[in-house]
Amino acid sequence: MLIDQLPAIIIVVPLLMAILVNFVGIWFRSACYYLTVATVSVSFLSSLGIMQEVMLKGRTSYRLGGWEPPWGIEYMVDHLNAFILVIITAIALLSVIFSYNPIKKDMPARVPQFYSLFLLLTLGLIGMTITGDAFNLYVLIEITSIACYALIAKGDDKSPLAAFNYLIIGTIGACFYLLGVGYLYIMAGSLNILDLSTLLPKVYGTNAILAAFTFFMVGIAIKMAFFPLHGWLPNAYSHAPDTVSAFMAATVTKVSAYVMIRVMFTIFQPQYSLSAIPVMPLLGWLSVGAMMYGCILALAQKDIKRMLSYIIIAEVGYIVVGISTANKLGFIGAVLHIMNDAIMMICLFLAAAAIAYKTGAKDIDSYRGLAKKMPLTTIAFLIGAVSVVGVPPTCGFFSKWYLLLGTIDSGNFAFTAALLLSSLMSAIVMYRVLQSLYSANKEISTKNDEAPLSMLVPIYVSAIAVVIIGFFSGDIISSVIQYTVPAGYK
Amino acid sequence: MEYIIAKYNYWIYIVLMMIGFYAMIAKKNLVKKLLGLNIFQWTIILFYISTSVKKGGATIPIMDKAIDIANPALYLNPLPHVLMLTAIVVGVSTTGVALALVVLLYRRFHTLDEDEIFEKIRELK
Repeated sequence: MLIDQLPAIIIVVPLLMAILVNFVGIWFRSACYYLTVATVSVSFLSSLGIMQEVMLKGRTSYRLGGWEPPWGIEYMVDHLNAFILVIITAIALLSVIFSYNPIKKDMPARVPQFYSLFLLLTLGLIGMTITGDAFNLYVLIEITSIACYALIAKGDDKSPLAAFNYLIIGTIGACFYLLGVGYLYIMAGSLNILDLSTLLPKVYGTNAILAAFTFFMVGIAIKMAFFPLHGWLPNAYSHAPDTVSAFMAATVTKVSAYVMIRVMFTIFQPQYSLSAIPVMPLLGWLSVGAMMYGCILALAQKDIKRMLSYIIIAEVGYIVVGISTANKLGFIGAVLHIMNDAIMMICLFLAAAAIAYKTGAKDIDSYRGLAKKMPLTTIAFLIGAVSVVGVPPTCGFFSKWYLLLGTIDSGNFAFTAALLLSSLMSAIVMYRVLQSLYSANKEISTKNDEAPLSMLVPIYVSAIAVVIIGFFSGDIISSVIQYTVPAGYK
Repeated sequence: MEYIIAKYNYWIYIVLMMIGFYAMIAKKNLVKKLLGLNIFQWTIILFYISTSVKKGGATIPIMDKAIDIANPALYLNPLPHVLMLTAIVVGVSTTGVALALVVLLYRRFHTLDEDEIFEKIRELK
């Protein structure tokens, strides 16, 4: 049956097409775009199919090559996976539709290679989410990262150095993860995530497991740009090509946040993650640091993409503070915020990319008066900005609401204060941009000069999604997210 | 002292790893940083391989097909070796991308020293 094969199709189709696109591009350069759109659409439709399967039947598993799970590689899909899969593939579809004009303008000679790398990046992210094997996860982390390094280096003059630094830091992160897997394999003798979660309790309390847990957390924290280890992110995202930074900003850190949840609550049992070392207060205070640092430095930036990059660091802090509350409300807030942050960021980055494409404006000062010239893009940017601040009825409000309730419930009022303070600061950050956009500027002609339709449609789909998802937050929580909460959370 | 000798493979991997780590942090030359990264990656491979060592005449099942599979003392665990084949491939591709980036940087700035590249980038503005 086709529906049983969906977990394979979602990853095999982009993998094959990533190679094929190169060859097709030799003869039919213009076909690459349509092929990529078709491929990502197939992945998106399969992710919807998987979501439906999971909602009907609960956790499903797919055996690659028919090998039994503890020995063979298993693709394990539960509510959390399926939810993240839909988000990633939807965002990949939006950014690939958007990429038609900017890529033709930025790198006309490298169109097939761009789409090949783009598909590899998408496939890596999908694989990281869907796999049920700890070592397989390492390989897919590296596929994602290598595609990222290559794509970032296609940006402006400073991008190769940013990509090189990201490569050094990112490889250290992945190596730490690999070491963690090694320690677990020595102690438990398995690589399957579900198998590990039943085998590990026998050896809890040994130093080797503690070391493995620490290696995992540090490695993943590097990959998700969590506060003290965020150094690579602002340079990498602000110098990358616009479409690439939009796609990466919305997905890479979010998928890493998913991996962190998977390690803390599936590989290790929640009671271990909560009690082994005081990891929860540590994560909480570090994410307070992330929120403050991200927002303060975002205030100091002139370049719009750099400013948004610092906002991402703060948003990663929001997600982790939700995990660190160790209660149901906070966890729901964290998972909901993974989705909302992805949609907000794709909306803002795509709008900024469209403005850069039409006018070349890249910093806040040169945004003056653009609201008259590109009114539709500006409205989309406004919706995304309002959602980052957390104004109802946009989706940003609801996840922040759950995060606030979670921190109040856990009794850490310092975290509540930090959440409110950083929301206020992001309001100031966004106000600066919007003020510049809507101020009068006589030098710019007021003639309406909008971005082409292939750019406006993805921007508007994401902007409308920001509002619609806000309205349906309750339904999403009751039909999907409440099943992702670890057992024992109240 | 006995503690160190009994687990000497782990101590060697830690020492080598710190050498790689130091090179990545302290060296200014981009190629030296890359070499540090390689040392860092290969020590993890050594670590994995050393975990599957077994003394007392154990061998690989493929080498001697008549081996008694029921007795685990007679054969090595082949899985760490197989995993490390994949890790070597990953390491090689990372190195390949990194070298391509270094070549790109050298063509653009005519130097491999990190500080000099920073200065030239500052002049770009």
